[in-house]
Amino acid sequence: MTGPSSGGVLAKPAPSRLGRILDHRVLLSIAVLALLPWLLPSKALAVNVLIYGVVVMGYNLLFGYTGLLSFGQAAFFGAGAYFTGIAIGRYGVPWFAAVGLAVCLSTCLAALIGLISTRTRGIYFSMVTLALAQLVYYVALQAASITGGENGLRGFTVDRISLFGFSVNFLDPVNKYYVLMVFAGLAMWFQSRILNSPFGAVIEAIRENEQRARACGYDVECSKLVVFMLSGAISSLGGCMLALHLSIVPLDILHYQTSGMIVMMVLLGGARSFFGPFVGAASFLILEDVISLWTPHWQIFVGAIFVLFVLFLPKGIWGTLLDAVRVGKARP
Amino acid sequence: MDLSLIIMQLLSGIALGSVLVITALGLTIVFGMLGVVNFAHGALFMIGAYAGLYLASLTGSFWWGLLLAPIFIGVFGMLIEFVLIRRLYGRSIDDPLLLTFGLSYILVEGVRIVFGSDGIPFPTPQQLIGVLDLGIGFFPRYRLFVIVLVAVVLLALYLALEKTRIGLIVRAGARDPVMMQVLGVDIGRVWLAIFGLGVGLAALGGVLAGPMRSVNPEMGSLVLAEAFVVTVIGGLGSIVGAVVAGLMVGISISLVALFAPEMATIVMFALMAVVLLIRPQGLFGVRGRTA
Repeated sequence: MTGPSSGGVLAKPAPSRLGRILDHRVLLSIAVLALLPWLLPSKALAVNVLIYGVVVMGYNLLFGYTGLLSFGQAAFFGAGAYFTGIAIGRYGVPWFAAVGLAVCLSTCLAALIGLISTRTRGIYFSMVTLALAQLVYYVALQAASITGGENGLRGFTVDRISLFGFSVNFLDPVNKYYVLMVFAGLAMWFQSRILNSPFGAVIEAIRENEQRARACGYDVECSKLVVFMLSGAISSLGGCMLALHLSIVPLDILHYQTSGMIVMMVLLGGARSFFGPFVGAASFLILEDVISLWTPHWQIFVGAIFVLFVLFLPKGIWGTLLDAVRVGKARP
Repeated sequence: MDLSLIIMQLLSGIALGSVLVITALGLTIVFGMLGVVNFAHGALFMIGAYAGLYLASLTGSFWWGLLLAPIFIGVFGMLIEFVLIRRLYGRSIDDPLLLTFGLSYILVEGVRIVFGSDGIPFPTPQQLIGVLDLGIGFFPRYRLFVIVLVAVVLLALYLALEKTRIGLIVRAGARDPVMMQVLGVDIGRVWLAIFGLGVGLAALGGVLAGPMRSVNPEMGSLVLAEAFVVTVIGGLGSIVGAVVAGLMVGISISLVALFAPEMATIVMFALMAVVLLIRPQGLFGVRGRTA
């Protein structure tokens, strides 16, 4: 079992079996997600976990696997949502074409931002991605005739999802969850394929030692740009899911606080692990739900918990758990 | 468009740029010496504005607020360095950034709890209300005061860094902290002081910006992006860069606002993109360290 690849449910930590179980990380993750609406207190929460899980998973490709700490992922999350909403609401595009179109356009946006930001390194990269994402925020704010400005995008509703003759009532929360889970499943399969490919090995090499990866003959700059685009594409799919789910797109989705939330979720769950983003999204959203029940100032607790994680649990919940299981496994 | 209007707008841009310079300077000094990007810088700017307002109303004079807020918040910054940041030296360069980001949540929410979410007007000090006749037009006294004060602070900072013994230690510590320790300098204390200075500058920026913008808990997030843009354009860790880039950004925002108001917030990001395409390390940045 190699380091960062890890799957969904952990059964008995039998020495030889664990590795084989984790090889089916996509299927395992899907199995866990399929049960989620029945495990969480509300269906709406489960839908949010699904959406943010996909967004954070896409971000993890960039942060966890490539080691690029971007603070601008909200731009692609938001772009996916806005493009989907605009395509459906303004141009009457069918929902599936709107999603495809939105992902393509968001990937182009990621290419544009990536071209500028991947020229920089380290902390510089974080600052530049944050600034460029804020640029996207202000453009959406100013172009009010298209995006609705401060009020957000409204005027598109998806109540039935139909494809190839099948049709389901999308307003039913359970239907909605399982339709959106198809997207999540596809995204997970796609991400798993990327990570298992030679390209997946290259990006991890870049994370471990950029100079060395370059010396080995890999085109580091090009790889960074490609991974930036792939990460943007997956996160934008989460945006599409959000647009279909809410039928509105709030402007806040583009704000850098959203990028920060994505970073928090990945750290809470555990970067560098396959299922960590979903654990992170779930724990963040549950935490928000629980704390906001008894105080409107839940952000102060979220901030404090995040600080404690950075200080004492940098591998996050899922990463620490996997480590514990692996250590246990290594013992005779 | 007549010339005097453009000159007045130019001066406005310099005043706006001065606040940006002071704020970005705090960020860039801390990065240059400690290698830490302080994501809570915007939140500390906001707290500085609140502290200035509170202290001014407590003492009945804007001047006490202007003097005391940066000192108090600077000491608070030293506490942050001592309790939190210090633990992360030697770990991944991303860790302090993430930690200060979490901290900014705590600070912003803390201010909301104490002062509420709504904006509070920050009155201009009595002596600086009104406009001054410059011969070619009328210019707000307060903005002129901001320009002069920032120039004085910059000069003092330059002299302290270049001409004093402490400045010498600080500059040497930025180059080679290990050698400074060998020579018997307690580098931990230098870092503590530098972090305090950086945070104090953020607070000073906040107090100065108070009468120009209204004071609210969210004001820090815009400032953080602005300060980032300025430090990226100028070159991370470069003091000269922060000054030049801050003025550049302030003036372009101000002039663009004259011709195309809706583009004013966007222009600085465009400026940053152009600079990065030509010089990824920023105008005065050193290649190899960050780019």
